[in-house]
Amino acid sequence: MVKFNRFTLANGLRVIVHEDKTTPMAVMNILYDVGARDENPEQTGFAHLFEHLMFGGSVNVPSYDEPLQRVGGENNAFTSNDITNYYITLPAVNLETAFWLESDRMLGLAFSEKSLEVQRNVVSEEFKQRYLNQPYGDVWLKLRPLAYREHAYQWATIGKDLSHIENAKIEDVKAFFYKHYNPQNAILVVGGDVETAAVKLLAEKWFGNIPAGEKYVRNLVQEPAQTAERRLVVEAKVPVNAIYMGFHIPARRTGGFYESDLLSDILSRGKSSRFYLSLVKEQQLFSEVNAYHTSSVDPGLFILEGKPVAGVTPGQAEAALWAELDVLKNGLIGDDELTKIKNKIESTAAFAEMSLLDKAMNLAYFELLGDAGDLNRETEKYLAVTSEDLRNRAREVFTKQNASVMYYLAETPGKVAETPEALRAS
Amino acid sequence: MDRKIAPAFRQVENIELIRPLKHVLPNGIEIFTIDAGDQELCRIEFIYQNVNWDAAKPLQAQAVNTMLNDGTGKLKASEIAGRVDYYGAFIQMEHSVDQSSVVLYTLNKHLRSVLPVVREVITDSIFPGQELKTFKRNQKQKLLVSLEKNDVVARRAFSYALFGTTPYGFPVQAGDYDRLTREDLQHYFKKCYRPKNCTIMIAGRVTGDMIDAIGEYFGSDADSGAPARKNNFTFSKGAGQEHYVEKPGALQSAIRIGQLSVNRTHADFPGLQVLNTILGGYFGSRLMANIREDKGYTYGIGSGLASMQHAGYFFISSEVGAEVCSAAVNEIQKEITLLKEEPVGGEELGLVRNYILGSFLGGLENAFSHADKFKNIHFFGLDYDYYDRYLEVIKTISPHELLRLANEYLRFEDMEKVIVGKR
Repeated sequence: MVKFNRFTLANGLRVIVHEDKTTPMAVMNILYDVGARDENPEQTGFAHLFEHLMFGGSVNVPSYDEPLQRVGGENNAFTSNDITNYYITLPAVNLETAFWLESDRMLGLAFSEKSLEVQRNVVSEEFKQRYLNQPYGDVWLKLRPLAYREHAYQWATIGKDLSHIENAKIEDVKAFFYKHYNPQNAILVVGGDVETAAVKLLAEKWFGNIPAGEKYVRNLVQEPAQTAERRLVVEAKVPVNAIYMGFHIPARRTGGFYESDLLSDILSRGKSSRFYLSLVKEQQLFSEVNAYHTSSVDPGLFILEGKPVAGVTPGQAEAALWAELDVLKNGLIGDDELTKIKNKIESTAAFAEMSLLDKAMNLAYFELLGDAGDLNRETEKYLAVTSEDLRNRAREVFTKQNASVMYYLAETPGKVAETPEALRAS
Repeated sequence: MDRKIAPAFRQVENIELIRPLKHVLPNGIEIFTIDAGDQELCRIEFIYQNVNWDAAKPLQAQAVNTMLNDGTGKLKASEIAGRVDYYGAFIQMEHSVDQSSVVLYTLNKHLRSVLPVVREVITDSIFPGQELKTFKRNQKQKLLVSLEKNDVVARRAFSYALFGTTPYGFPVQAGDYDRLTREDLQHYFKKCYRPKNCTIMIAGRVTGDMIDAIGEYFGSDADSGAPARKNNFTFSKGAGQEHYVEKPGALQSAIRIGQLSVNRTHADFPGLQVLNTILGGYFGSRLMANIREDKGYTYGIGSGLASMQHAGYFFISSEVGAEVCSAAVNEIQKEITLLKEEPVGGEELGLVRNYILGSFLGGLENAFSHADKFKNIHFFGLDYDYYDRYLEVIKTISPHELLRLANEYLRFEDMEKVIVGKR
């Protein structure tokens, strides 16, 4: 149970306070309701690039990081397809520094050309490090456009292409800021060794006079129902073949989300999961195989991914995955197996309450979804799902016409470049 | 209110570490408990020192640890996993170069249901032949994939250059998996996983019943048989060579540069941590400020001090654009030289002191982190006065002392310099 108090400033900023007296620390988490799905298709990767620019100095404070570090604080941020989230951890006695820094960059950025130039380079290197210069690194750059033809989830947060980042202009940066970075599009969570009354005063003092700005009204093209199977074969410099299958699943706020999440647990959570026992251990078809989903606000993807062992063709691997999906579609999950995954949900929720920052992030995210209080009702929603619900969901989701299948094949299987370990005396 | 003026702030003063209570089981196993937090849950670690190092069998400690839940005299792998998962618990096998652990995470209400499984795993693992075959095959495939990652190849080459064919440096290859035998694993299991080599660390909501239960399941097995050989290693200064692995077509190069250093037991270690933080130990560090935030050569660059039981080392690592690799190495060298020639200014040092203190305080988030702080000293033969000294050094170290440390411990000419990619 994560307790909290909630209020809204006159300019529309929603504020949530979670008092936790077991720690001498405080956290400030600020979620902006903007992600890669809100980007112009010709300027992808922009929400994420912008996240970097948020650290390049604001209208009254030339450096964001330095004053925070000086008071013993740390910070970071991440961008997803749905949201951009910034967070600070610092000694609670210095909480006001966090208010000062976060409010000033909501008020206005410095918009420095130097910062834009450097962060364009940094993000280009991030693109290379995470997506291009890694084995299997570009999988999502290929899988997303296969599964999404209309919705903005067709591109990854890093963007479709390096050129979109390289071409970013300071005018674009300014326009993006004024469109999305205002009190109405933000949720502020303050947690730790703090008092709600004091937080309220600080919030009024630092955020209260920031102009409300215009509320961004999201109007995204939704993905039409897929009507036929999609397939893609890619060859790359990887040592082992891999297979990926994506299926459209219901949006975050629907019951179908919880069913899909539990189905992924049944298939691949832990060493007693079906995939591990059947496909890795018993049939010896895969060296690793997983099921998970993208957990997105709009309808997401349920992903199966695996690396078949040498001698197993991608076709055999795919057939084995379908066979496991058929078991879910044709039979009911037994009581023990259902109890097992529900017990995991319960214990995971308990362990998640060990981390102050996780609690703060979760409160912000559930407030975005509609109500921070839903964080405390989440476990109930999982517990209410029945075996019949799961079978029906499996029947709806795991069909050929809802599938996007990608074979990611090794150009020359098993070959590894020479490395200095070869020097090791054998 | 003037937004240009920073609010007043205070340096962190009171840092309270929760010290564990100690219990000893009849067979000599020591239990340390940290009781804190509101959630009715716990983490229980069964920690064993790695023993009997043999470069001809480099994988035995790791393979035994990983395969502990692959079958016991009474339970098949699937039954072990099923029993643990059913109660929403997690068992993780954790292997490091010095220790192997079995870690249980569970809600307290299920503790007595899952402890029997942990007992089975720790006392009666049998390493079934079929499971070993699967293990070898899957691990070899994972090795193939990880050897395609430049940062992994750089880390291996670097560790090998510093530590050779000891557990700290051994570059495992496919053949090392092939040579694993069931007999070796069974033998190693008997030598390592025994009461005299075990320490139990409990963190979370600790109750008397919990200690009783641990005693019932783990307190009565006697330790018998000849003792294992303790691992012990000494290392001497390397040649400070360049190690270049060319990867045609690489978009980025992985850089890893560093040398032997001291570990936590040495009096200079806390001061070196301050020095390391200034150079590359936080987001505002000199390496980040120069090579990422000024030049844009990389997504990230950092430095670190690693403390193992028989050695310590210092390293800098990054992945940089292939075309700017040499420029990045030059900047790294410049930053090291600067630390050796010019005293750190008061502003910067003040910031770093406060940053480290805040970070230390933030690292004491819950019972688990207090237990981690205890393990950091206990297994190095240190006591809590280590942290008193550490905090004192953070608050008082002088620019002059940092200069001395830089000249003694950061010698670019002695550093191994690994580049994987293009230069």
